[in-house]
Amino acid sequence: MSKKLKDTLLEPVFNNNPIALQILGICSALAVTSSLQVTLVMCIALTLVTAFSNMSVSLIRKQIPNSIRIIVQMTVIASLVIVVDQILKAYAFDISKKLSVFVGLIITNCIVMGRAEAFAMKHGPKDSFLDGIGNGLGYSFILICLAVIRELFGAGKLFGFEILSTVNNGGWYLPNGLLLLPPSAFFLIGLIIWAIRTWKPAQVEEQEFTIAPNSKMPVAQQEA
Amino acid sequence: MVNKDSVKGTLLVAVIMCLVCSVVVSTAAVMLKPKQEANALLDMKKNVLLAGGLIDADQSNAKAIEQAFEAVTIKYVDLRTGKFTDEAPAGGSGRAAAKIPSASEKLSAEEDTAKIIRRENTKEVYLVEKDGQLQRIVLPVRGYGLWGQLYGFLALESDLTTVAGLGFYEHKETPGLGGEVDNPRWKSQWAGKEVFDADGSVDISVIKGSVDPSSAKAKHQVDGLSGATLTSKGVNNLINFWLGSQGYGPFLKNLKAGEA
Repeated sequence: MSKKLKDTLLEPVFNNNPIALQILGICSALAVTSSLQVTLVMCIALTLVTAFSNMSVSLIRKQIPNSIRIIVQMTVIASLVIVVDQILKAYAFDISKKLSVFVGLIITNCIVMGRAEAFAMKHGPKDSFLDGIGNGLGYSFILICLAVIRELFGAGKLFGFEILSTVNNGGWYLPNGLLLLPPSAFFLIGLIIWAIRTWKPAQVEEQEFTIAPNSKMPVAQQEA
Repeated sequence: MVNKDSVKGTLLVAVIMCLVCSVVVSTAAVMLKPKQEANALLDMKKNVLLAGGLIDADQSNAKAIEQAFEAVTIKYVDLRTGKFTDEAPAGGSGRAAAKIPSASEKLSAEEDTAKIIRRENTKEVYLVEKDGQLQRIVLPVRGYGLWGQLYGFLALESDLTTVAGLGFYEHKETPGLGGEVDNPRWKSQWAGKEVFDADGSVDISVIKGSVDPSSAKAKHQVDGLSGATLTSKGVNNLINFWLGSQGYGPFLKNLKAGEA
């Protein structure tokens, strides 16, 4: 694989992660990560949708009229999501029940739309496809991290198999219920972003403004 | 070739896009529909069998489920008369009936202890029979917990008093707290409980804390879920409602007397 292709594919995992750096697609990252199995299906669905929507948009990018380009992208994405949802209902019914509306909500996932508009409209189909896979992998990377932490410490299980035996089942581990609730994903995503930015300081955003000194403080104290 | 950014070009692209996408979507929907309906049906069967204690929780093999379901007869019950009826519930076996005014009744505030607002007139029930003898009966139940309705099945033994099992297949309770209604350990204590007292009135409650096994009422009480008072109350209310006069109460009486 040439260096450029590899970059397109792997850049979004650590260096330009859609969740950690672009802060897109947080909604589903909160909603579906309380169990690892459901998370994996969601990741696969999103990666496929992003890849194929990128590819389709890129294929017709020269025909898309500028004034309705967002609507055209939306139509492509929505169609693909409906197809994925139908396939899940037919072949993975249990999981599709657990994912419920969140597969449908891939349509509104900013990552898919963002990549179609920012990348696929300007690049060829092959690059766009790989970019979609790459961003899907970046999204998956964060989601899987979240799901492992949340399912293991929130329910004492991984993939539904008991790892830490919980008090409710006669064991010793008292699960942290907060981890099963969506807000916990916020804290975890925050911590992951902190870790990534400590590892790669280039991702730290510049301050948009500096806080002015407190003007209400007595002058003598300000100088001291 | 028209200029893509002209009005004509824009319209043309829009029309072609819509056509292509709608063909793709409808093909997928039509092709996969039989498979999806089979899945939904299988899921219903699995839930009935699970509540009836006829299969293990991790059984997902379609053939095994179909085979186990052969012992089950689906019948319809008119809740107003408490007798079997040939008329299937309006809108299929799903939840549609409760939303159709002609097929359901609005409950008054006192009657509506399970907070279901409207009660359908006809319900599907599942009889587990062996050599023509009733072994178990599985009754669909639903009611409001903390965040939303819980949907499940209550299975009774052939004496129509002893619980064989209880299971919810859909709810929105808080994971880890109210969500523990799915916990196999909690569900297992329902088996063997008695829902009617000697006079035939409903007597089953989910209590706060643990049941004292030496108490005379131990057979009619179930431990509450810790940290989930409202869910426990909801389960208590919905079981009492569905076994009461607005629910299956009259039907179970008739069935016991052999008059259903």
